[in-house]
Amino acid sequence: MNAFIQVGLFSIVVTAISVPLGLYMARVFSGQRTFLDPVLRPVERAIYRVCGVHPGTEQDWVEYTVAMLLFSAVGMLVLYGMERLQYYLPLNPQKLGAVAPDLAFNTAASFTTNTNWQAYAGESTMSYLTQMAGLAFHNFVSAAAGIAIAIAVIRGFVRRGSKTVGNFWVDLTRATLWVLLPICVVLTLLLVWQGVPDNLEPYVHAKSIEGAEQVIAQGPVASQESIKELGTNGGGFFNANSAHPYEDPTPLANFLELVAMFAIGAALTHTFGQMAGDRRQGWTLFTAMALLFLVGAAAAIWSEQRGNPQFAAMGVDQRASAAQSGGNMEGKEVRNGIVGSALWTTVTTDSSCGAVNSMLDSYTPLGGLVPLVNMQIGEIIFGGVGSGLYGMLVMAVLSVFIAGLMVGRTPEYLGKKIEGREMKLAMLFILIFPAVILLPAGAAVITKAGLAGITNPGPHGFAQILYAYTEASANNGSAFAGLNANSPFYNITLAFVMLLGRFMMTVPVLALAGSLVGKKAVPPSAGTFPTDGAIFVVLLIGVILIVAALTFFPADTLGPIVEEFAMRAGRLY
Amino acid sequence: MAGRKATPLWEGRIVRGALVDSLRKFDPRIQARNPVMFVVEVTATAVTLILLRDLFSGRGSSVSFELQIALWLWFTVGFANFAEAMAEGRGKAQASNLRKSRTETPATLLKDGQEVRVPAPSLRRGDIVIVRAGEVIPGDGEIIEGVAAVNEAAITGESAPVIRESGGDRSAVTGGTTVISDWIKVRIIANPGETFLDRMIALVEGAQRQKTPNEIALSILLAGLTIVFMLVCVSLYPFALYGGTTLSLPVLVALLVCLIPTTIGGLLSAIGIAGMDRLVQHNVLAMSGRAVEAAGDVDTLLLDKTGTITLGDRMASEFIPVGGVTAAELADAAQLASLADETPEGRSIVVLAKREYNLRGRELAEADAHFIAFSAQTRMSGVDIAGRRIRKGAGDQIVKFVEENGGKAPAELAPVVERIAKSGGTPLVVAEGSRVLGVIYLKDVIKEGIRQRFERLRAMGMRTVMITGDNPLTAGAIAAESGVDDFRAEATPETKLKLIREEQAQGKLVAMIGDGTNDAPALAQADVGIAMNAGTQAAREAGNMVDLDSNPTKIMEVVEIGKQLLITRGALTTFSIANDVAKYFAIIPAMFVLGYPQLQVLNIMHLATPHSAILSAVIFNALIIIALIPLALRGVQYRPIGAAAILTRNLLIYGAGGVIVPFIGIKAIDLVVGALHLA
Repeated sequence: MNAFIQVGLFSIVVTAISVPLGLYMARVFSGQRTFLDPVLRPVERAIYRVCGVHPGTEQDWVEYTVAMLLFSAVGMLVLYGMERLQYYLPLNPQKLGAVAPDLAFNTAASFTTNTNWQAYAGESTMSYLTQMAGLAFHNFVSAAAGIAIAIAVIRGFVRRGSKTVGNFWVDLTRATLWVLLPICVVLTLLLVWQGVPDNLEPYVHAKSIEGAEQVIAQGPVASQESIKELGTNGGGFFNANSAHPYEDPTPLANFLELVAMFAIGAALTHTFGQMAGDRRQGWTLFTAMALLFLVGAAAAIWSEQRGNPQFAAMGVDQRASAAQSGGNMEGKEVRNGIVGSALWTTVTTDSSCGAVNSMLDSYTPLGGLVPLVNMQIGEIIFGGVGSGLYGMLVMAVLSVFIAGLMVGRTPEYLGKKIEGREMKLAMLFILIFPAVILLPAGAAVITKAGLAGITNPGPHGFAQILYAYTEASANNGSAFAGLNANSPFYNITLAFVMLLGRFMMTVPVLALAGSLVGKKAVPPSAGTFPTDGAIFVVLLIGVILIVAALTFFPADTLGPIVEEFAMRAGRLY
Repeated sequence: MAGRKATPLWEGRIVRGALVDSLRKFDPRIQARNPVMFVVEVTATAVTLILLRDLFSGRGSSVSFELQIALWLWFTVGFANFAEAMAEGRGKAQASNLRKSRTETPATLLKDGQEVRVPAPSLRRGDIVIVRAGEVIPGDGEIIEGVAAVNEAAITGESAPVIRESGGDRSAVTGGTTVISDWIKVRIIANPGETFLDRMIALVEGAQRQKTPNEIALSILLAGLTIVFMLVCVSLYPFALYGGTTLSLPVLVALLVCLIPTTIGGLLSAIGIAGMDRLVQHNVLAMSGRAVEAAGDVDTLLLDKTGTITLGDRMASEFIPVGGVTAAELADAAQLASLADETPEGRSIVVLAKREYNLRGRELAEADAHFIAFSAQTRMSGVDIAGRRIRKGAGDQIVKFVEENGGKAPAELAPVVERIAKSGGTPLVVAEGSRVLGVIYLKDVIKEGIRQRFERLRAMGMRTVMITGDNPLTAGAIAAESGVDDFRAEATPETKLKLIREEQAQGKLVAMIGDGTNDAPALAQADVGIAMNAGTQAAREAGNMVDLDSNPTKIMEVVEIGKQLLITRGALTTFSIANDVAKYFAIIPAMFVLGYPQLQVLNIMHLATPHSAILSAVIFNALIIIALIPLALRGVQYRPIGAAAILTRNLLIYGAGGVIVPFIGIKAIDLVVGALHLA
């Protein structure tokens, strides 16, 4: 009952927010007037003047891509430098030393790619300056870059006979100023109201009731927390991430953060519909995403609530009641409970957020399979800001191509013919993903350096490795925990996987946009393949499950699936 | 329509030829053109090598299993080869009929005014030959002098002779056809090996078949999926090793071959060849596969009114008397005025008067009849007979004629004329001396069943536009009666070109049918241009399809074949990919059941042993290719029921069916394998 109320309320709020936010973003990126213009226009103009951007000049896909790559590369280098030099830089009251080279590289790659995989513990590794000017800066701009790419891709699908897909610098600026910053300000205030600290104080020394000395880390948590969720970054201020009471103190804060993770990803579907001039197209993608979300959430909640059948056999009461949440509470926070934790885990891996409020390593096998599968289908269930939408659009192109022929026309999406070049780019996008997961994971499970990281034997250990490479290439950043990933082997391989998983996929998808943008659109007729409505939703989900999920079925079988059956048979890892 | 007869699917001669051909296709250089089947061939070779190693080292405990896997992998390649060879074989059977009509007979070459006998293959472009009755036309050409009846059965299958003459729109002749009467002087326009017949033979044989744009895109998809599944299988080896299972190469190969889209990969080229073949059966010759594909996408269809929507000529349908004249009186005068009128309109007036008023044609010699022929200046015709001066023609001219004779047109005439014009007909006013007798209603007769055809086209999502030189009033009425979606009145040949460009600017694909020389630019501009075989050479060169029957409504069959081709491809792709679900459930538990016995739960088909499960999946994968050959060759049925309905239907059959069928098939094969103790 609790589950239905929480999931139901969450779905309603996300749906309700996504529509106005999506339409608002459509206005922002079409250069139309919005209510924030009086405040933000002067700021925007000032930024362009300082940076020498000509907002009226549009770029073709190559220029757009080069700008995006250049921006990311410079940002990554600066962050790396900042981590290495933080000891000499201000705002370091704890006098934290330089970050090790492999870890600094891993972290720089991680934050530039919107992954926010954290092989380090924030409070004991990163200075306030690194956190705020380095990491938080990337929290904003990597998210803004994702939104910009999605908008460019949308333009590719909806513009006709054009050569350009927009201006990266303008899109980046507008995504930050008009979308991320205003929402963050509101969300930060709400979180502070819920008790999340936001200060630059040295760490507090306190005496616990037992009389033990305790150091309580402080910092600008609330402001970082809001962009962490909203930008689907997921990098926690503290090592414990959102399981830490300072990051996620109350059920209401938990709920707000959940909504923030989905807000932009869900809204972008409507932005797409609005810009395409056919809102139903946006609703269709939204519905497919929502259905996949609900299935995952149901499976995760069911599996965690059911708990461990072995305990049940011992007579342990795992039922939910007024006195206890029941189920598998290992690694979960009591204030969040089963539903608040399992729902979070589903949402954080549907979106590419990766923030965690419970420890996945302690999940039941099936409960752990859900986040794994969510990421393996490409994080297109609302997804990362921007990346979710363009990933879903590639799946839509693929669906149209596989089944679209069955209506007797060569495939077209939004009136644009899908031909050899588009197929090549879409397949490249689809290929890179399993390649950067399966090959390095294969290498890790048979090398000493790889095996050294796992902390559990058997299929569970395998799941730890598989999960690490999956989240890295999906730019999720959540950890299955358990895996000791702060070693040169994992820092370096995962950093490369993150970079490939981000840029080897954004380049083909921008090329796809560039290829589509110049095409004429065929007006729909009675013989046109309908890409809105229930049939297409079913088809899209079918293609996602068969093409994307089945790619990982053998690997998952050897991890969580075999573990689940082993658990039923009485064997735990 | 005469139509070439469809060859029965499993004709013995073709099957035997295909068996031989499929062996030839094992050549890796041929296989390399098809990435999916190439992977199967390479892996089959690898498994065979392992089998040989194990045989000679004598250590393989599973030699029988390896042998069977290797055999079935080779069968998989062989079955795909066979499908392609079957499609080509059916084309070749048609081509051999054509080849018979390619003649080696001598031709009469005109050289410096002298007739020289030369062999036909030595003729070059620009040569001029004379062909007399009973002789075979030695090559493609254009008549520059003379008129003849030509039997074109060799290429059309239609034995009734057609008239070919110099000048005008009926001047093209095709090599291999026979002159039946008279003689013609022909300028040869194609070198040997490039003639129409040669191109036709090459097309139906599928010899120089190039991949169409959609086939290329589909191949990219299939190649991409193949690479994805190769990644899956390659990485599975270390994954399994971690869990303590060493996977053998034959087992991994079995999984790979089952997962990659072999079904569509093996049948793709057969589907394309069969599509061309079906087109030839409808007596349409496509110059490229691209045109056939485009036909399925056509949004707008341009049709000439005359000959396509209406029967060529207007017919008299009613006599409307004015000013107190009886209808019979009018009919009598009209018939008299038309007796010498040899135009179809004139004849139809005579026929109508005879039918309605039983007025028979009279012997004209007895009277001193003087006929006045129609001229563009007077715009009327008639007869002066026994002192009567009867005229018929355009309203204003007849009124002038009557007034010149001191008469006056009755007031009721104008409304009648207007009414007829508004309803799409042509009013022909009849007068005698100073008196207007009435009006003949000449009507455009719409072809039977054309309305239903347009409805069918509309259901396919196609818009029809009628092109006519008529005035907008007449055109509008005919458009309404025939059910065409739109029309362009008072059109000139340039109108067509302009209209096509307009439609294309909106991103639409346009098809048109034409025959005349002035159609050539529009035919070339159209995405699908169908030239009538009876048309001019210019039109035939400009279009990308030629209709050998010269039947303007043929476009519908062409469009349906184009759609059918695409649907078949889509259906088999969907089916092939959906099959993977069941194959996973067969092979994955079998692979790991030793290391992780718990995975037996996933063996939901309850397959007997791991070896039998893997073998059954591989066998199913091979046999399904054979089972689907008839579907690939015949094509999935197309019905114009709207895209959403077709999609739902085909998704249910080939999507859901593709998930379910292999579960049943693999289980059944497992039972057989078990019963025969094969694994």
